[in-house]
Amino acid sequence: MRTNIQKFTFALASAMLIAGATSVLATGSEADFKAAYAAAEAANKEAGALRNQWTTTSASLAAAKKAADAGDFDRAIASSKEAEALAKASIFQATSEKEAWKALKIR
Amino acid sequence: MASTIRVRAISSGETTEVQALIQHPMDSGFMKDAKGEIIPPHFIRQLTFEYDGKSVFVADWGSAVSKDPYVKFSFKGGKKGDELKINWVDNKGATDTTTAKIQ
Amino acid sequence: MRSAIHFVSAALALAALAFTSMSPAIAADAPDPAADAKAFRKFFTQKFPKVEPRDFVNGPYSMNEDMHRQWEEKEQFPPYEFSLEMGKEMFATPFKNGRSYADCFPNQGIGIRQNYPYFDEKEGKVVTLELALNRCREVNGEAPFSYVKDEMAALTAYMAFTSRGKPFDIKIPNDPRALDAYQNGERYFYTRRGQLNFSCATCHVQAPGERVRAEVLAPAFGILNAMPIYRSEWSGMGTISRRFTTCNSQIRAVPLNPQDEEYRDLEYYLSYVSNGLPISGPGARP
Repeated sequence: MRTNIQKFTFALASAMLIAGATSVLATGSEADFKAAYAAAEAANKEAGALRNQWTTTSASLAAAKKAADAGDFDRAIASSKEAEALAKASIFQATSEKEAWKALKIR
Repeated sequence: MASTIRVRAISSGETTEVQALIQHPMDSGFMKDAKGEIIPPHFIRQLTFEYDGKSVFVADWGSAVSKDPYVKFSFKGGKKGDELKINWVDNKGATDTTTAKIQ
Repeated sequence: MRSAIHFVSAALALAALAFTSMSPAIAADAPDPAADAKAFRKFFTQKFPKVEPRDFVNGPYSMNEDMHRQWEEKEQFPPYEFSLEMGKEMFATPFKNGRSYADCFPNQGIGIRQNYPYFDEKEGKVVTLELALNRCREVNGEAPFSYVKDEMAALTAYMAFTSRGKPFDIKIPNDPRALDAYQNGERYFYTRRGQLNFSCATCHVQAPGERVRAEVLAPAFGILNAMPIYRSEWSGMGTISRRFTTCNSQIRAVPLNPQDEEYRDLEYYLSYVSNGLPISGPGARP
């Protein structure tokens, strides 16, 4: 059973994924990939500092790299954007949970 | 060397209930190790329980049985103080046998 | 592409705003671990009035009658038996320098598991049994073991076995750092993490006795008492560290290192709120 908070985070992550996917209209270049990947890595690193990385973020980063190595930059950019969205969501989670956890505590 | 077979047989009325725990890797041959290489198959092929010269339980196993298998069954007959003989043979030809007194 | 990025950050900002206005600010409590433990115990004993308090240590088996029957049968020939024997042998075997594990622990290491983890005031950190064991090894010139399984699990299985029946007796000394560690563990327990957005409490406070996929969930009360466990899913033994790290991956959170501060503090909190419940380790789980 999903709580409101879960529904909200899920909706947010979905919105960001859709936004990311529909932005790739023209064929992406290696430079575009490098920029997208760097942004994703930076966000994931920030999540790491908060001790709250997601396994799916690492998986998307790995998929992006694999696609880039194969020369498929469109796919690599899409995966990088997905990774960035996931990383940002994990940062959001860590930040909001700093207060939100108290609501679950047994009193 | 200590036996790989732990067994307990308890007789009550007309039946004897047997439990056994066998120490064996039971490698299926499908798993890979940390280096990414297949761990070769190593599992018990046949497990036999004998009472009074007759087989009361025979198991023909393959790769689907998990590590350190546990078996429980009952058979008609068996008297307190009598012996139960247990034996297994694996795919590498290794074997182990033990006897247990029915309680 | 840039417009997409702007949209994303705008969405985030909007979400952040909406979110903060959604959750009411909760006042900071003055920490009172004794009251917490009392409330914790009350929550579970009220939720499951038919379960004997000491049975909570059996996890899913206390939640489901059919599973309880199977567990009773399994205890006659428990799958952890081989590891327990190995642990007993290992514990008795001296190190290369002639000393042994008994020299590192109070009461020769026998019947002391229920006192771990403890807060070490000299170092200012929580020390778990596993950490103490590896330290014992290193101080005596031996290589440390992996924290998650095999030899470490065998040793802790034996030490837990010598404490079977003894109630958890975790202490929080009158030291602000100890209180911090306790609170850190409590915070970790209730904080949502991973892409699945679960906290420990999501499963073990909100849904004990219910299922997640095919598994029946254990109550958080007494959840560490049976450790280390032989888990059928693992086809082998695992320590508390193994469970914490695998639990994290299952909710799609990147696990921390086995004896990282968060995990030790979490173990400290969970053990403390289960004070009074008997050690039942080593255990077996599906």
